[in-house]
Amino acid sequence: MDLTSLTIHELREMLRKKEVSSVEAAKAYLKRIEAVEPKVRAFVTVAPEEALKEAAAADARLSKSDNVTPLTGVPVAVKDIFCTKGLRTTCSSKILEKFVPPYDSTVVRKLREAGAVILGKNNMDEFAMGSSTENSAFGKTLNPWALDRVPGGSSGGSAAAVAASLCAASLGTDTGGSIRQPASCCGIVGMKPTYGRVSRFGMIAFASSLDQAGPLTKDVEDAAILLGAISGRDDLDSTSIDAPVPDYTARLKTGVKGLKVGIPREYFIEGMDPDVDAAVKKALDTLKALGAELVEITLPHTQYAVAVYYLVATAEASSNLARYDGVRFGLRVNKTGGLLDMYKKTRDEGFGPEVKRRIMLGTYSLSAGYYDAYYKKASQVRTLVKNDFEAAFTKCDVIATPTAPTPAFKIGEKVEDPLTMYLSDIFTISCNLAGLPGISVPCGFTTGGLPIGLQILGKSLDEDTVLRSAYAYEQATEWHKRRPAL
Amino acid sequence: MSITKKDVIKVADLARLALTENETEIYTTQLTRILGYVEKLSELDTTGVEPTTYTVPLKTALREDRVRESLPREEALKNAPEAERGCFKVPQIIE
Repeated sequence: MDLTSLTIHELREMLRKKEVSSVEAAKAYLKRIEAVEPKVRAFVTVAPEEALKEAAAADARLSKSDNVTPLTGVPVAVKDIFCTKGLRTTCSSKILEKFVPPYDSTVVRKLREAGAVILGKNNMDEFAMGSSTENSAFGKTLNPWALDRVPGGSSGGSAAAVAASLCAASLGTDTGGSIRQPASCCGIVGMKPTYGRVSRFGMIAFASSLDQAGPLTKDVEDAAILLGAISGRDDLDSTSIDAPVPDYTARLKTGVKGLKVGIPREYFIEGMDPDVDAAVKKALDTLKALGAELVEITLPHTQYAVAVYYLVATAEASSNLARYDGVRFGLRVNKTGGLLDMYKKTRDEGFGPEVKRRIMLGTYSLSAGYYDAYYKKASQVRTLVKNDFEAAFTKCDVIATPTAPTPAFKIGEKVEDPLTMYLSDIFTISCNLAGLPGISVPCGFTTGGLPIGLQILGKSLDEDTVLRSAYAYEQATEWHKRRPAL
Repeated sequence: MSITKKDVIKVADLARLALTENETEIYTTQLTRILGYVEKLSELDTTGVEPTTYTVPLKTALREDRVRESLPREEALKNAPEAERGCFKVPQIIE
């Protein structure tokens, strides 16, 4: 049997029954990476030696039934944005090409404590800025379903790796859709938790008020398992929420009977791909057939979300990325010997075009004379976007929408036109502005065979209901069982 | 709002980016287009609307003032582009 085809919960059963060892599973994945990775290029770094050591340690835990969790012995990967002690962490940027973190991010520490095996670090858009993974300094990741197309982004390496069975699951980050949109493009499940649900400590910052880590998995049950493992208050992140973490798998299978699903009319727009429109409408019918009640709602400020996002996120990025100055870590370019010149040359050579564009936009909107018109205005409209959701959630329990207006686009198609690229996040961004949880679950394929995603958004800290709805839908369909031919 | 080449040069200096002539041209065009798009926010009357900077209530994080282990000096310096005698080394600042 091909171990790499299994979900976390399937592999876990086999590990628990000792039908297979973690070392065998890790070897199966490393072998598949060797064969398939050259086609997909989902990793920046593969760490075979470390992975096999971790797998052997997991096997020892399993054989003694010592502190066994659902992740013990399961080979996973993480986006190259999470600091991994002793393992290079680049954020897909030339400026961090040789950076080896002296500590683990909290989520990685939690994965290690749970006994997960870390196979390597997934490719991404540089500093998580992008929707296609084309902005990596270390090459583009390709969509496993169509190698001439992008896998989405910024967690495109994570999504492609899961879809291509190069790891059982991966962790990504989502600032404006960077987990959900690539999950949709690659035909897998991707979840962004409530802002503050998961610690950001050791996760390289892009836009601190929006960034949130979350799982990319083969199915919803796996997402529930992985989310449970990484969630919770962390003293090292003062924005992490001090609320109990429920067992997300406990109520997963309780169905959607009587659940009110809000359908925002603003998310069914002109210009949407007809196959996406049809698949999502069919998915809504399925939810209805399962006993959910569809309620029409309105999120009137949706059309402003992209503008708000690109002001708020770039403003935060321009300050967060000030730390890359060639002094304490990362690249240093020092040609003339002057300090100011060193800063400027280091940053110009170290950052790619999209990162520089966003630093420029953020610096501009924060600079004297423009602050009120741009950053402050955007933060006020952010309140209106948030209020829209609060009003909508008095009428419904979850909100269902398409994850993205189109399936995965062709490599190079939007590179020259940043604004069009930004608009591919139109359905995912509002959720980050409001800090809410959201999931993308496979809901069909285009006539050309490209995956389509259904997005389900929930109330603050109500990941439970989001997962339960996604699970009910998923189990009524077969989409999540399809795998790309590679 | 249109952004001029002069604005781009000034912003690049604030952001500590040594842009090439070509980059300056490209960013002038692209930033003008993006700022033109975000201009749509001015359609909305936001008088009296509180800005949202974080979606969770932020409290000043306090902890006990206790001595505890920190990152050892050698570890902290491991990623330094240049280090000398246990310090980060930078180009000369004072002439």
